[in-house]
Amino acid sequence: MQNSSKAEDILEALWIAVVEEGDNSISLQDLQVSVDDQPLVELAEQALVEVKGARVYLRHEGRMEGQKVVRRHRLSERLMMDIFDLKGANANSKACEFEHLLNEGIDTKICTLLNHPTTCPHGKAIPPGPCCFEARKKGGAGVVSLTELKVGESGEIAYLSTEDPKKMQKLMSMGVLPGSSIRLSRTFPAYIFHVGNSEFAVDEQLAQEIFVRQS
Amino acid sequence: MASQNKAPKGDRKVILVGNPNVGKSVLFNALTGAYTVVSNYPGTSVAVARGHCEINGQRYEILDTPGMYSLLPITEEERVAREMLLLEDAHAVIHVLDARNIERMLPMTLQLIEAGLPVILLVNILDEAERSGMSIDIPLLQEKLGIPVVGGAMRSKRGLKEVRQAIAECGDDDLPSFGYSSDLEKDIAKVTDTLTGDYRLDLRALALLLLQKDDEILALVSDREGDNFEQVQQAAAETAFEHRFDLHLRISLERKRVCKGLLAETVRQPENRRLRFADRLSAWTTNPWTGFPLLILVLYFGIYQFVGKFGAGVLVNLCEGSLFENFLNPLAISLIDRFVPWYWLRELVVGEYGIFTLGVRYAVALVLPIVGTFFLTFSVIEDVGYFPRLAMLVDRVFKKIGLNGRAVIPMVLGFGCDTMATMVTRTLETVRERVLVTLLLALAIPCSAQLGVILGLLSGVPGALLVWTVCIVLIFLLVGFLSAQVLPGERPMFYMELPPMRLPQFHNVLVKTMTRMQWYFLEIFPLFIIASVLLWAGKMTGALEWLVRGMTPVMGMLGLPEEASAAFIFGFFRRDFGAAGLYDLQEAGLLTPVQLTVAAVTMTLFVPCIAQFLMMKKERGWKVSLGIFLFVTVLAFSVGWSLNIFLLFTGILS
Repeated sequence: MQNSSKAEDILEALWIAVVEEGDNSISLQDLQVSVDDQPLVELAEQALVEVKGARVYLRHEGRMEGQKVVRRHRLSERLMMDIFDLKGANANSKACEFEHLLNEGIDTKICTLLNHPTTCPHGKAIPPGPCCFEARKKGGAGVVSLTELKVGESGEIAYLSTEDPKKMQKLMSMGVLPGSSIRLSRTFPAYIFHVGNSEFAVDEQLAQEIFVRQS
Repeated sequence: MASQNKAPKGDRKVILVGNPNVGKSVLFNALTGAYTVVSNYPGTSVAVARGHCEINGQRYEILDTPGMYSLLPITEEERVAREMLLLEDAHAVIHVLDARNIERMLPMTLQLIEAGLPVILLVNILDEAERSGMSIDIPLLQEKLGIPVVGGAMRSKRGLKEVRQAIAECGDDDLPSFGYSSDLEKDIAKVTDTLTGDYRLDLRALALLLLQKDDEILALVSDREGDNFEQVQQAAAETAFEHRFDLHLRISLERKRVCKGLLAETVRQPENRRLRFADRLSAWTTNPWTGFPLLILVLYFGIYQFVGKFGAGVLVNLCEGSLFENFLNPLAISLIDRFVPWYWLRELVVGEYGIFTLGVRYAVALVLPIVGTFFLTFSVIEDVGYFPRLAMLVDRVFKKIGLNGRAVIPMVLGFGCDTMATMVTRTLETVRERVLVTLLLALAIPCSAQLGVILGLLSGVPGALLVWTVCIVLIFLLVGFLSAQVLPGERPMFYMELPPMRLPQFHNVLVKTMTRMQWYFLEIFPLFIIASVLLWAGKMTGALEWLVRGMTPVMGMLGLPEEASAAFIFGFFRRDFGAAGLYDLQEAGLLTPVQLTVAAVTMTLFVPCIAQFLMMKKERGWKVSLGIFLFVTVLAFSVGWSLNIFLLFTGILS
């Protein structure tokens, strides 16, 4: 079942008001809708919300659905900030448009890409999805830069993020390739790691370019 | 071109290639025996060793290339190694790899096979791999790779017979080919289809290098293709653009996939590795808390005790004091006096600045023992595998002066011979780093000959050595820091392989030391002779006196006696000439502690010797080298002047 964007916005506002701010409902006036507006009727028909007089109530069934919408919104905010590097009002409006596209498992992929973030750029909690629980159960923090690893930890090289082809080439010719296992053995004064049976030293800037899937 | 190089009756060429530290030189020495010629590769300053060996009556010329990581070169050394592969008509190419790292190094074997070269694979250091529990099925690997594969350990000559046999049997067998994924193959085909020229290199390899934007290959193809070149370039550029994000990565991953398949049943690795003493030592050298004390120990015993006390003290006394002054000089003088009637010729050979009494004596008795002991220490440290760890340790400090840790190697070599070190700056990656290191070598790194004399000079005066050290270190850091701000260019990156630490191999150390000594003697000995002839000419014509008098006011400003100016003039011919001149002054009791310190500091900073200047000009060009020359001269005397005032004012040392 696919709700319209407007319906999702109503659900989102309701969920925030009820779950996070402790209200029990929102007035039609605050939502800027009238009783017979299509999106509201749509939500009422699915028994997600209930309209009593001039106020809209979130039904128990609507809570789960609302949480998903909020999660998608905040994930798309993070995406705008962290990956597309958009900030301010522009980022907010883009995030609002974008969240409605994140159905059907796309949110899971974005969430994994962003390494299961817990808060949105405004500091509010992002409701965790099934993928977050699964990642937590595995214990790994997903893909992190080599500089985030602790001494003695190891993992598998996920990708190299460097934009300088010469640098990338050098790392690759040394055997620092996605899929190789890597173990960090020192972080100061430079990063020392083992790949296979060889030992390498790189400075911090280069270490930041190596991304590792922790094991 | 291939045909004109081919000399069926002459020596067949065998080229050794591989990563650094895999035992290429050990194999080279094992194949060729003692007689090798180390010379620069034409047009470059990268040293290449050539030697000969005979197998079944056929003579082979063996060429040892600098270490390379991939057929796509990044540094000057890798460029030379590749050029040799492309231009020399090789009967066989032996790829040497370290058995312990076979998975990482095998992709280069693929590249060599791909290039259509007659490859023999030597899986070296097999003994240590087996000791750590690893096992490699060599016959299976040979079957899978389709080229001759030899397993061995060249240090104990294990497998040497098989290598020689493989060289002898190396023929024109068809090389195997390894397929990549179909889309990559399609991209390669797009480029190879446009190529029409005649190449030594296999077309597929050529196409891959073109796709990876290899400038030299582009130039080569442009040369061979003529009018067709535009089409080739177009095809390569288009394909490269389509995969602009991940081309290098795709190629590397494909090679890795192929290698994984090749090694799947061939190599068995043990589960966990034991921690050896070498690993622990390696950890100590890279930890700043233990690394710097270790460095000080190395400097104290390796440089101060061995080079300073033993080389510059015991050996010099033996050579100069006993051999020359008591025996050879009087003999030469009496011989010349008896047989040569002309004053000018007597002066030229055995006079104050005589070729024998000054040139040969300095070169053989004063400098050679010092430089020799230094090169010995340097070679031992190099063979142990300490330098990459030192580079890593100082990387952060070097970043502050616009360099990365790698630059520590030419710097340390500079303490042996600045001229040689200036040449070695070529191994640094950016022009900016090369200029910076050249400047710092010229300014603040005293060579071993100079260092030996200065240590000898100053050790008699308490505190003087400390003042000298502080001055030089401060100038080094300050000038490095400031010029790093001024010189444009990108920020350097640091990455380095840390080869396993091991005990020094006697033979390796000996060969490395002898090679450096040989270079030093050939390059420097003639300069001593030229210098003494110039000084002699200066003395005979009075030009020297005129120059020395010209310098006297400058000496006065530094608070030095006028006799010191001669030492500075000599200093330009050889840095150590100058320092040795000071030594004579001190022996004569002409210098106070303050004067001695000021003179030593100024002399250390002052213009590099004539040999180093010529090398700077060769490597960096007139503009840069003259700029450095002027800067260093002005700075040296300004510092000397300020130091003199400072020491007199504060009363330190007086």
